[in-house]
Amino acid sequence: MVLLLQYTIIFASVLMLVALGGCFSEHSGIINLGLEGIMVVGALGGALIMNLLPANTGAFMMVVITTIAAVVFGMLYSCLLGVAAIRFKADQTLIGTAMNMLATAAATVFVSAFNAARNPDNTSSTLQYISQKNAFIIRIAGFEFNWFMLLAVILLGVSWFVLYKTRFGLRLMACGENPQAADSVGINVKKMRWAGVLISGALGGLGGIVYILAGVSEWKFEVGVAGFGFLALAVMIFGQWKPTKIAAAAVLFGFFRALSNVYTAFPFLAGLGIPSTVYNMMPYIISLIILAFTSKNSKAPKAEGIPYDKGMR
Amino acid sequence: MKTGFFKKPSAQTLVSSLICIAAGLLVGFIILTIINPSGSAQAIGTILGNFITRSSGPAKLKAFGNTLAKTAPLLMCALSVCFCYKVGLFNIGAAGQYEAGACAALFCAISLKLPWFVCLIAAALAGALLGSVSGFLKAYRNVNEVISGIMLNWITLYLTNMVLSNPAIKDPASPYTQGLSSANPRSLLPSLGMEKLFANNRYVTIAIPLAVLIAVLIWVVLEKTKFGYELRATGFNKDASRYAGMKEKKNIIITLALGGALAAVGAAFLFLSGYQQWSTTQTSVPGMGFNGIAATFLGGLSPIGTIFSSFFIQSITDGGALINRSLYPAEISDLISAVIIYLCGFVLFFKTVMNASIAKREEKKASKAEGGKA
Repeated sequence: MVLLLQYTIIFASVLMLVALGGCFSEHSGIINLGLEGIMVVGALGGALIMNLLPANTGAFMMVVITTIAAVVFGMLYSCLLGVAAIRFKADQTLIGTAMNMLATAAATVFVSAFNAARNPDNTSSTLQYISQKNAFIIRIAGFEFNWFMLLAVILLGVSWFVLYKTRFGLRLMACGENPQAADSVGINVKKMRWAGVLISGALGGLGGIVYILAGVSEWKFEVGVAGFGFLALAVMIFGQWKPTKIAAAAVLFGFFRALSNVYTAFPFLAGLGIPSTVYNMMPYIISLIILAFTSKNSKAPKAEGIPYDKGMR
Repeated sequence: MKTGFFKKPSAQTLVSSLICIAAGLLVGFIILTIINPSGSAQAIGTILGNFITRSSGPAKLKAFGNTLAKTAPLLMCALSVCFCYKVGLFNIGAAGQYEAGACAALFCAISLKLPWFVCLIAAALAGALLGSVSGFLKAYRNVNEVISGIMLNWITLYLTNMVLSNPAIKDPASPYTQGLSSANPRSLLPSLGMEKLFANNRYVTIAIPLAVLIAVLIWVVLEKTKFGYELRATGFNKDASRYAGMKEKKNIIITLALGGALAAVGAAFLFLSGYQQWSTTQTSVPGMGFNGIAATFLGGLSPIGTIFSSFFIQSITDGGALINRSLYPAEISDLISAVIIYLCGFVLFFKTVMNASIAKREEKKASKAEGGKA
């Protein structure tokens, strides 16, 4: 039971962070299908730093530096989307797909080369962080509290505040709804969209490191992040692009993911004989059904996915 | 006055694709050089040369055959994406339709022991069904086909794993499905003697000429028939085509159903050749559908162009597996393909630059001519 709770909370934290990232990007008018790739790169940044930091680094410093590394890597990678979609008006679906393919390939190549450079016999794409992982965890009676759970809740509050209570957030959302109107009142649409993309990179990268720290203490970069970026996209849509609803959706979807991991430990659930694939499928099926019934008056930002052209009115 | 070579849209497309390829290879070369400068030139040569770098004649032919056997499914996925894109739909769900095709084909082949052509039809139907789900949601429920496609990719992945894990289908000793040559040889695609041409490579089947034939067929349908014209009109302007009396909702569903069938037949082409078995423990959507997106855009969104781009992408992927693995990771070719597809996003920009520079040059010429008269 404790394990189920722990997995639900940590998966929900991952999904919430990444979905909030997607939320910022889409509210600025850029569809970010590359979240999966951004997560991989953020995870790579964090894992590399953990691997390189000396073993006697204090727990606090370890958490802070790893977090910063993941955020910076995620932001840098999101620039690929920014340059293509904002500066060159490229097709955002195509660029997002390319970013997902590139991230896994590049991370695998990078980690293999990194491992081989330190030990010529090791050409695997796995990074280990066994002792470093302890810095992130406090054990309370069998429950592994992870600092990132707290961080996710804080960032949820911050995101809500920024989007609805600050001038920046309202302007950002204006650029996703009607960029021409926003421009006419002096808002720099391109700058706002860059802000949206970079924030999504930061939150996506953070989500990536949280994900690979969730259960295991080494990561094989060949497998990417197993669809969590896409699941986060589903969370964002299910959450109707609103931070509070995204949080609720993240908990629900995180619960299903956790169930698929630990259901065998419950005699009742194991007795039902439902394979783990069903629990894995549930979030996607639910989102698809919800979409079918709510998309007629969708809450999606009106101008998302359309490159901003000053000449168009 | 004759129009310059670079003014033709098709020439511009070709030049843009070549720029993408060159830039992708350059990035790959730079990364290889950073990892280990001594072998990088040879490695990039191996990636590009693929089967040509094999030692003997028969080995070359055999490797060439393997590349072709995997080009056929890739081409089908690319055609699926390409066909839908011409109608204004981004079929990111090709990956899921591919899974559905694999599921249906292998189920019919191993569990029901049906012959190959029935398996092929079953795959097409499964893909069409999945595609029409996306189409229906788009046409009647206003759900973006990209989003429903992504959801269906994952749903189908888990569903396929579940169906093919059945003890009647899965090999008891491994996570893979049973080999077709022992489970049901009738389900293997016929080779029609083509294997002889490729040093007895039994994976060379009718799938390869069929895929090329289908590519030509798609081109004919899109460019030369009323049906294709209607579909393209729907993609160009949904409202105008409805005003002109075309049934835009029906067209959207038909397009995605056909696209789904194409991708699914692609999966059947791969799995019914016996080249590969489905791994029932895979946790990520197979890359074939996404590579199909790459091939589509690299092929300049033309069914004929995708024949060549599919072969190129498959060839560098296979070439990547041949490089010196103690020095370089094989994923370098995935990286090169990913860079190429990323750069394809800039094709519109390349074309604008080309047109601008042509216009500039002509303006100069014109003003010079005028200056001469005065």
